[in-house]
Amino acid sequence: MVNRETVNCERVWHEISNYLEGELDPGLRLAMDEHFLTCKRCSSVLEGTRNVVRIYGDERMMELPAGFGGRLEKRLAQNLRVSSRRWSTWSAWLVPVAALALFAGGLRFANSVTVAPALKSEHAQPAHGIPPDLEVVVTDDAKVFHAAGCGFIHNKDRERTLTAQEAMRQGYVPCLRCMRKYLDTQVAGQNALESEFHADLDADTDEGDAHASGH
Amino acid sequence: MSEANVVLHNPDQAGTTRERDLIARVQRGQNELFYELVRPYERRVYAAALAILRNQTDAEDVAQEAVLKAFANIRQFRAEARFSTWLIQITVNEALMRRRRERVVVMEGIDDRRDEESDYAPRDFADWREVPSEALERKEVRQKLADALASLDRKYREVFVMRDMEQLNIQETAEALGISVASVKTRLLRARLMLRDLLAGGWERGWFSRQPFEKGNKPW
Repeated sequence: MVNRETVNCERVWHEISNYLEGELDPGLRLAMDEHFLTCKRCSSVLEGTRNVVRIYGDERMMELPAGFGGRLEKRLAQNLRVSSRRWSTWSAWLVPVAALALFAGGLRFANSVTVAPALKSEHAQPAHGIPPDLEVVVTDDAKVFHAAGCGFIHNKDRERTLTAQEAMRQGYVPCLRCMRKYLDTQVAGQNALESEFHADLDADTDEGDAHASGH
Repeated sequence: MSEANVVLHNPDQAGTTRERDLIARVQRGQNELFYELVRPYERRVYAAALAILRNQTDAEDVAQEAVLKAFANIRQFRAEARFSTWLIQITVNEALMRRRRERVVVMEGIDDRRDEESDYAPRDFADWREVPSEALERKEVRQKLADALASLDRKYREVFVMRDMEQLNIQETAEALGISVASVKTRLLRARLMLRDLLAGGWERGWFSRQPFEKGNKPW
């Protein structure tokens, strides 16, 4: 049972915003509904206020300056490139340092890892736990697959996108940089060391520093 | 749901499937998809910054900063929140910080010092009919509406923009602006009634009619 209230115009004006929000208790709401039926002034205030909310809530009221989207997209892209360069600078010497650190302890295992013959790179080690449907980027004349936007993609004009599962089926190996989280750290580090070791002997190391390489 | 609610707000749901998918992919490292994620909200981001800063150049700069900040923190975004609300709140924080940092003290009218708790009585009781949607296609109509909004004191304008244009709820508006829920409600009531008064005269002068210069509405 709803307790009926009596309201005057001032009370209605005070509560009209809450009325539109649907935040009134049923008794007050009913009283206001009845008041609107008989009070032309208050019903005019209600309709006007409702109109205000409706027209300002229309997205066309939020005009963007010309070219706003393009400038925003450009700034985001610049930010992505800067982040990528920072990571590149760090990783450029983190990888050799990590490789050297593991060299002493890992050398005795150097010949114990075998290479899957289907892999495009004889130095590669497949990754673990990459989601099969993850979209990755490859180029036909390379051996490594990357996350889109990775700074180590060569010949970007010839890149193509496919799933990680398909890339691995075709023998591509994960990029040591952008696929790092899927690599077995110890094996990757050890194999990076091996890659360094073989660098002088192996001419096809165009992407050698981005490989999870092995023997 | 009450009719009033249906009329008032239709907040987007807590992320469409596509939006959730985009968020997950960006969080996994597909950074180039981030712009696609924010593009539907770029108007709202800009409008939130403009409501606080009242300067188009500053608003655009802050909007960009807010988007970059959202990108930097995307991994902290949790799926139970609305992405749009999260993005708007970052924008409001950035804009408020910019205003404090640059001491952008906009000289507000005497109304800003008026007791916001005092009742506001409507001044104009002209009959309104529903504003035709096509009216908003006209630049001069949008300009009149923007001018009316800009004439409000800052504290009323900010609450109105967050609630009625950005579609944050009352609680979210209070959190974004750092004020109480009670203050949001009081300021919202005032803002809506003041705008109604400001625009009621325009309605009588035919601003929103389908043909702007019908008989009796000639501008000369």
